[in-house]
Amino acid sequence: MDLYEYQAKDLFAAHGVPVGPGQRVVADASAAGTAAAEFGVPVVVKAQVKVGGRGKAGGVRVAGDPADATAKAQAILGLDIKGHTVRRVLVTPASKIVEEYYFSFLLDRANRTFLAMASAEGGMEIEQLAVERPEALAKVPVDPNEGVDLVKAKEILTAGGFPEAVLDRAAEVVVRLWAAFVAEDATLVEVNPLVRDPRDEIIALDGKVTLDDNASFRHPGHADLVDTEAEDPLEAAAKAKGLNYVKLDGQVGIIGNGAGLVMSTLDVVAYAGEEFGGVRPANFLDIGGGASAEVMANGLEIILGDSDVKSVFVNVFGGITACDAVANGIVQAFQLLGSVTKPVVVRLDGNNAAEGRRILDAAALPGLEQVETMDYAARKAAELASKGA
Amino acid sequence: MPVFLNEDSRIIVQGMTGAEGRKHTARMLAAGSDVVGGVTPGKGGQVVEIGGRTLPVFTAVGEAMDATGADVTVVFVPPKFAKGAVVEAIDAGIGLAVVITEGIPVHDTASFWAHACATGNTTRIIGPNCPGVISPGKSNAGIIPADITGPGRIGLVSKSGTLTYQLMYELRDIGFSTAVGIGGDPIIGTTHIDALAAFEADPQTELIVMIGEIGGDAEERAAAFVKENVTKPVIGYVAGFTAPEGKTMGHAGAIVSGSSGTAQAKKEALEAAGVKVGKTPSETAELARVSLGQLVS
Repeated sequence: MDLYEYQAKDLFAAHGVPVGPGQRVVADASAAGTAAAEFGVPVVVKAQVKVGGRGKAGGVRVAGDPADATAKAQAILGLDIKGHTVRRVLVTPASKIVEEYYFSFLLDRANRTFLAMASAEGGMEIEQLAVERPEALAKVPVDPNEGVDLVKAKEILTAGGFPEAVLDRAAEVVVRLWAAFVAEDATLVEVNPLVRDPRDEIIALDGKVTLDDNASFRHPGHADLVDTEAEDPLEAAAKAKGLNYVKLDGQVGIIGNGAGLVMSTLDVVAYAGEEFGGVRPANFLDIGGGASAEVMANGLEIILGDSDVKSVFVNVFGGITACDAVANGIVQAFQLLGSVTKPVVVRLDGNNAAEGRRILDAAALPGLEQVETMDYAARKAAELASKGA
Repeated sequence: MPVFLNEDSRIIVQGMTGAEGRKHTARMLAAGSDVVGGVTPGKGGQVVEIGGRTLPVFTAVGEAMDATGADVTVVFVPPKFAKGAVVEAIDAGIGLAVVITEGIPVHDTASFWAHACATGNTTRIIGPNCPGVISPGKSNAGIIPADITGPGRIGLVSKSGTLTYQLMYELRDIGFSTAVGIGGDPIIGTTHIDALAAFEADPQTELIVMIGEIGGDAEERAAAFVKENVTKPVIGYVAGFTAPEGKTMGHAGAIVSGSSGTAQAKKEALEAAGVKVGKTPSETAELARVSLGQLVS
């Protein structure tokens, strides 16, 4: 889960990382003016979206007085930044900046460890810095079991070219950022810019944090950070039912078992769809190993509730799951749902496939058609979707 | 000769007394695996009847190894306790730890992986979040169905469980030396490269099928490895061409971040290394057949 800037900075503050004199998140423009009046001007008004490049898109503006803050917030709220609509802005007192730095801790998949990245040349997009001035960006591996103490922090900062004068203060901040990274089970903690103010204080003026969803069992509070308003309603409904679902923009609803097979199914449907007016998969839905009748019914219900869906493709390879259990699940799902008005194509293979197919044949469910191979089934589902469109 | 696992492998199951552990211990035994015991802290000294066998339960991995001569552990321990279980297996010096558990926090995996490296990598780790490894007809450590196919000439390595099963099924008449499910988490112990190197060295394996998916750059690095080090034919498949940027597709590691980790980039890297890449699982199977001179018209 990615956090908004204001959430990231709240989390930093909770771990003792200085984040400046205050911040307020508001959803309407007049509240931005009120916040500016209370903080004192100038203030910075910043779009809260989970995507980079806000500044260039006009999503970060300085306001000289409260009325100006209201006007700037007005201009930013509702902006579309790379497909993300701005629904909230952060108002924060403008800081006096002497220097801007870059710092992050992240998961380094390739080297199977953590990585610290530091540069005395902060402020610009890090991808740009990495390309244009790679020598200015230090990348220092961090052993997960050894962590980061003041000595290690100074090593990283020195490698990143941080000036001697701020090393001690910056190292303290880095140790706290590491504590936040570990304590919150983050896979990314990024500060850009990390700034030096006229009193040589080190402040995190921005924050980007990604939390590991697998660790949610030890962070009950992380659930409160989910922005339920911004969630796709179908994704939210699926999540409430414990389903692994991602909404896509096509017309063929997909249910399968196993993440890899479902991803593959989406691809095969998209290829097949090229022949039928470009129909595409409408979703990713992995019902996992269990595939009980209830899970199948829940899955079908979510997919049939998607008005974009014109046909459904159930693609199951019975590994641990037996296909007869899946077939019974489909039959019961049809009963539970009452009427199914969209065509459903089913492909069952693997463990007990013959029995599963027999069960579905015998049930003679309206609109359900069995196809033997994944490729032909994908083609059939795409064809049906193109006719229903 | 298969890789990682053979008929002499002696297997213990960490978490054998839980529902999943019990179920899959029975399946492994039915597949002919030599499961010799289990480990559950607090249940040492008990015995469990599974699949007609009476299996001893031990408190610790080291104890189980001493008593049974086990050299492989299969871990079914829940995410919360998985790190402790794997660290224990590493400290006991077991040769192979197959970590089936899904949903382990990546900080925990990073920690046990660092521990494995710091202690000299005496334990090969497969997974986590993987279906395990099967050398058909010889042994099965994990949850891969043993009845899909038999022993043969193909070696398979995959991030995905069900795609492993699908490809084993499509090529069931040819058979497999070993199929390794390496798992879909961002940090895994055994990589595509490790499996490719093992298959290259294995005389039984004549062709390698390599299945990847979006996220990370493991496939790109595997492609570079193939180019330099693999003389046997390699057939590839990559899932996730239609995956949108920034969305996790089921597996914790399956995510396109910005422009990195895309299926297209992986396919191109593999093809540039001389790997034929199938567009669909069935086309991938067909490419393998053609390469083995066994195309059925």
